[in-house]
Amino acid sequence: MTATPAVDAEPIVVIDDVHKSFGNVEVLKGVSLSVPKGGVVCIIGPSGSGKSTLLRCINGLVPIDQGSIRVASFDVHQLKTDQEKIALRKEVSIVFQQYNLFPHKTALENVMMAPVHVLKEDREEVRERAVALLRKVGLSAKADVYPGELSGGQQQRVAIARSLAMRPEVMLFDEVTAALDPETVKDVLNTIRELALEGMTCMIVTHEMRFARELADVVYFTDGGVIVESGPPAELFDRPVKERTRAFLSQIL
Amino acid sequence: MSRLRWCDPLPQATDLPVLLPAASRLARSATAERTAGAFRLRLRPAHGVALLALFAIGCGWAEAQVQPGQPSILATLWKWTPVLLRGFLFNLAISAVAMAAGTIVGLFLGFAQISLLLPVRKGAWVTTHFFRNAPWLVLLFYCMFLLPFQVTVFGMTIQIPDWIKATLGLSLPVMANVSEIVRGALQSIPTTQWESAASLAFTRRQTMWMIIFPQCIKRMLPPWMNLYAILTMATVLTSIVGVNEMMSLTRQALSAENRSGLLLAFYSYVLFWFFLYCYPIARWTVRLEARYAVNH
Repeated sequence: MTATPAVDAEPIVVIDDVHKSFGNVEVLKGVSLSVPKGGVVCIIGPSGSGKSTLLRCINGLVPIDQGSIRVASFDVHQLKTDQEKIALRKEVSIVFQQYNLFPHKTALENVMMAPVHVLKEDREEVRERAVALLRKVGLSAKADVYPGELSGGQQQRVAIARSLAMRPEVMLFDEVTAALDPETVKDVLNTIRELALEGMTCMIVTHEMRFARELADVVYFTDGGVIVESGPPAELFDRPVKERTRAFLSQIL
Repeated sequence: MSRLRWCDPLPQATDLPVLLPAASRLARSATAERTAGAFRLRLRPAHGVALLALFAIGCGWAEAQVQPGQPSILATLWKWTPVLLRGFLFNLAISAVAMAAGTIVGLFLGFAQISLLLPVRKGAWVTTHFFRNAPWLVLLFYCMFLLPFQVTVFGMTIQIPDWIKATLGLSLPVMANVSEIVRGALQSIPTTQWESAASLAFTRRQTMWMIIFPQCIKRMLPPWMNLYAILTMATVLTSIVGVNEMMSLTRQALSAENRSGLLLAFYSYVLFWFFLYCYPIARWTVRLEARYAVNH
């Protein structure tokens, strides 16, 4: 457990010249970036710039047209068997903007389901781990409550616990606070902050600029399907080089 | 505003603000009925009262025509009630068996309708829509007269009674409607559920059985119960092809009595029994629908 991850550590996610079109719309026009193990990367940019699509490509939810994505030892878009896909998704887990919890299962069952049924782990062991994870996200009192009775922020923290139950090496966060009211945003961000400080590799798509500035090792600004500019937060936020970056930041800061 | 033709989409808005609640209510119920695949039974206590009134008028009319020396109309009805009820039980048995068979096959057909294999999907679609849109009576006749009356298996000859063939005939439209109910429910689950299951490495089969289908059951129950009530009312069709259910027995009772004026009293009596059975189902369906509508 390192408090400050070494930026020059060996990369765990390598994205190389990725292209992706939906019909005639090219949403990713050659994106390349890499994330070192334990690194925290924030991706910012206007809506529709391909940020969410990029995250979905990284764990293979969305197929790519061109280029390659590597996570740990997996070539994400060359996986053939279910076993390989399971192994990949054990490695990299995603948390969605709309939480997407399973509404017919309690919070605890939501966290337990994938390890029990996908990883085929022992139910009692998984239960202990799930209880610990819910405690970690501050929801041990809500273990037996259904998602419908939880607030947005609470649901999102259950969703984070559910992803963590797969014991991933990399966590992807897709605008996880965008659908939340301001008061609960703090709880969710604190949970992510804790994870990042524990050395979890995180890729965070966000509109929370203060959070990105505080936590990220590198911030990427994307627009129109390409990375316009990237750098440490202090540089990108305070001394942006590109005109487009400056225009975007002046809109929201 | 131009007039609506039958093929136009339902109006979502109207020029008259006072009509808005009514228009949205109509649109809602039309959507519900389309997913249910049939009209929704809207039975109210008032309908029971109306039936009772009809029955009373029928009895009064018959009573007025009673000849000296003949028993009263109520006594006659009472005399035939055990026979008629035995027929009614037969109706219920046919409805239960047809519902069970139709539901089991319909479930498979519904899943096949969202299969990833194109031939399976298309085949299920064609089957579903053929049997869903064919008149029930035609299917009934088809089964009655095209199925053999006996089959020989390993040298043993087994007679197939008429009521089995009639039940099979009724289970075909049930199957098709269940198939549509299942497909509609499966496709009503947001795709984000599939996405989130995929991100946790669930296979398609696991996702279907552990995540999607369990969420569908609540949505399928009200239209399924509505379908059952409709099927129960349709079981009297089997009287046309000679099954001895309540309608046939009523006709036989009427000809045995050979008295004028009994018709209205007897048939409204039959109607009332069907109302007694279907009313609680219809009310329960509406209650479940309201309850599940809030949860989702």
